[in-house]
Amino acid sequence: MALWRPDPTFYPSPREAVDAPPETLAYTAAFDRSAQRPDAIAVVDVDPDSTSYGSVVGWTDLPNTGDELHHFGWNACSSALCPNAPHPHVERRYLVVPGLRSSRIHVLDVKDDPLKPSIVKVIEPEELAERAGYSRPHTVHCGPDGLYVSALGGANGQDGPGGIAVLDHDSFEVVGAWEADRGPQHLAYDFWWHLTQDVMVTSEWGTPSMIEDGVNAELLLGREYGHALHFWDLRKRRHVQTVDLGDEHQMVLELRPAHDPTRTYGFAGVVVSVEDLSASVWVWYREDGEFKARKVITIPAEPADSSALPPVIAPFGAVPPLVTDIDLSVDDRHLYVSCWGTGELKRYDVSDPFNPVEAGSVRIGGIVRRTPHPAAPGLPLAGGPQMVEVSRDGRRVYVTNSLYGPWDDQFYPDGVGAWAAKIDSGDDFTIDERFFPHGDDFRGLRPHQTRLQGGDASSDSYCYP
Amino acid sequence: MNDGSLVALVALGAFHGLNPGMGWLFAVARGLQERSRALVLQSLPAIAAGHAASVFVIAAVVTVTGSVLTSRIVSIGGGAVLVGFGLWRLLSRRHFRWVGMRLTLWQLACWSFLMSSAHGAGLMLLPVLTHGAVTAPGHAHGMTPGAGSAVTAAVFVTGVHTLAMFIVAGTIAVLVYEVVGLAVLRRAWFNLDRLWAAALIGAGAATLLIAV
Repeated sequence: MALWRPDPTFYPSPREAVDAPPETLAYTAAFDRSAQRPDAIAVVDVDPDSTSYGSVVGWTDLPNTGDELHHFGWNACSSALCPNAPHPHVERRYLVVPGLRSSRIHVLDVKDDPLKPSIVKVIEPEELAERAGYSRPHTVHCGPDGLYVSALGGANGQDGPGGIAVLDHDSFEVVGAWEADRGPQHLAYDFWWHLTQDVMVTSEWGTPSMIEDGVNAELLLGREYGHALHFWDLRKRRHVQTVDLGDEHQMVLELRPAHDPTRTYGFAGVVVSVEDLSASVWVWYREDGEFKARKVITIPAEPADSSALPPVIAPFGAVPPLVTDIDLSVDDRHLYVSCWGTGELKRYDVSDPFNPVEAGSVRIGGIVRRTPHPAAPGLPLAGGPQMVEVSRDGRRVYVTNSLYGPWDDQFYPDGVGAWAAKIDSGDDFTIDERFFPHGDDFRGLRPHQTRLQGGDASSDSYCYP
Repeated sequence: MNDGSLVALVALGAFHGLNPGMGWLFAVARGLQERSRALVLQSLPAIAAGHAASVFVIAAVVTVTGSVLTSRIVSIGGGAVLVGFGLWRLLSRRHFRWVGMRLTLWQLACWSFLMSSAHGAGLMLLPVLTHGAVTAPGHAHGMTPGAGSAVTAAVFVTGVHTLAMFIVAGTIAVLVYEVVGLAVLRRAWFNLDRLWAAALIGAGAATLLIAV
């Protein structure tokens, strides 16, 4: 049902979104690695004044097993206020939740009972395959004219190319593949845009055969995972330019464009360099009409005794930081970088995007360090800060510890466990001791992406500065 | 054309100008993107031109048809179309899509034309068009009624309506850009789509009632 006034969670500009009220609930995707039990959306109480603060207070099982929930997004966001196709009276009430392994896309309604979202629609893999030619749906963004869902794989017997499918805003039916001309693009992973500039950006991981059995050392050392950014004309749906970061930079994952719609830059995280196991963060920008990218952060590997390392990295005698997620605050001031291998979350001041200044770091988990959470100092933690989500006001940062089923098992072979943590980001940068859902709180499932009620730093795009 | 029709024409123009989805918001967005008031002001005539073209198509079809057929047939046929279109607008959940933001002024005019047409801006003028407008301007100049004067009538209707739309949209655009700021959208962007659909149905019903 349409509203009479715009959904109160929509903001014309990032400046206004920063003043949004603090979230009280968080939705976290959780999956069963064994595919014996259904995956779920866990609802976490994030209201510090609540007696159940920091615990899982709601739960919705999915109807099937083996989905491997990963990333997800809202049906509508601040882009609904964009002037070219405005529809501000829709509600932000549905979570669009793809299964990365099953290729099913679920639609959950959080309005009637925010603690127990109800499943209102399941798009079967066949519909995605028939209409869009894709499988392994991943990132979801609410666009001005539909829902955009990236997909890692092809369909109908094809491993690739991956790309982007468009879903109808209202019926959630798959409309089709987004690309009119994909040019040389074959690998897919994340995407986002400069909405007011008609620019789409996509990144590269690998096709299903390259990732679903774990990281493949042969492919990695052969430099065959993704190492480029793609720039597209968002209106004409055409590939415009490839920016190759260099094939030593393997796996270009998360994309975080500036929220300020008048700026044309953004950050991309690279998981690992095959030359020295370092991870890096790049800035893309436009100069004389051309897109370019520059490495602005390098995080070196940490030397370690081979006997303490899992077989996948034992020969190297070092722990790669494995930057698997980054997130940019709504005011474009802070970039958060998760180092899933070394168990560290770094904060950078990126007021000058070309010269990031490290402005805080917390340690938790890690392949070798196993740093405990301050709430349970005797409990060594596996996994590391992985998915990062930042509140709209930029004061609270939430992390979860699982990366992706088979990769969890390779890097944390004795079990990745399950935990979430919250870091207070102000003048200081410290782990909140009161917030530590872990272990049985997630009922044996592994937590992945978190979405905050009302929107967060990676959910909304803005058309006005 | 009687005074009542003229007032209705101006009022509908103001109503269309008021709707953020009809263009003033796009003008503001373009200005904010480049931090340029000049761009806001440049965009408004293009938006008004697209709106005018959309309205003129309907006005010309109705007045020219009306000069050939009896006004009663035009009224009944047009009224029925209008009620149907209004109901579709009210019940349909599809929204307009045009994916781009960086448009030339020409493209902006096309966007405005499509936006106005998809929302039935011209159709909403049907009661005015079928009730008096066909004869008024021609008679005022002592011309015999016919296709020529019908086109003149359509131009007149389009001109008056668009001028009202342009003044209202322009005033709001400049006020929002210079003084109020876009935060006002969160409070004051009422769901005009439903009011709009109701206006379409009302206009259709009025046309039918007058004819029958």
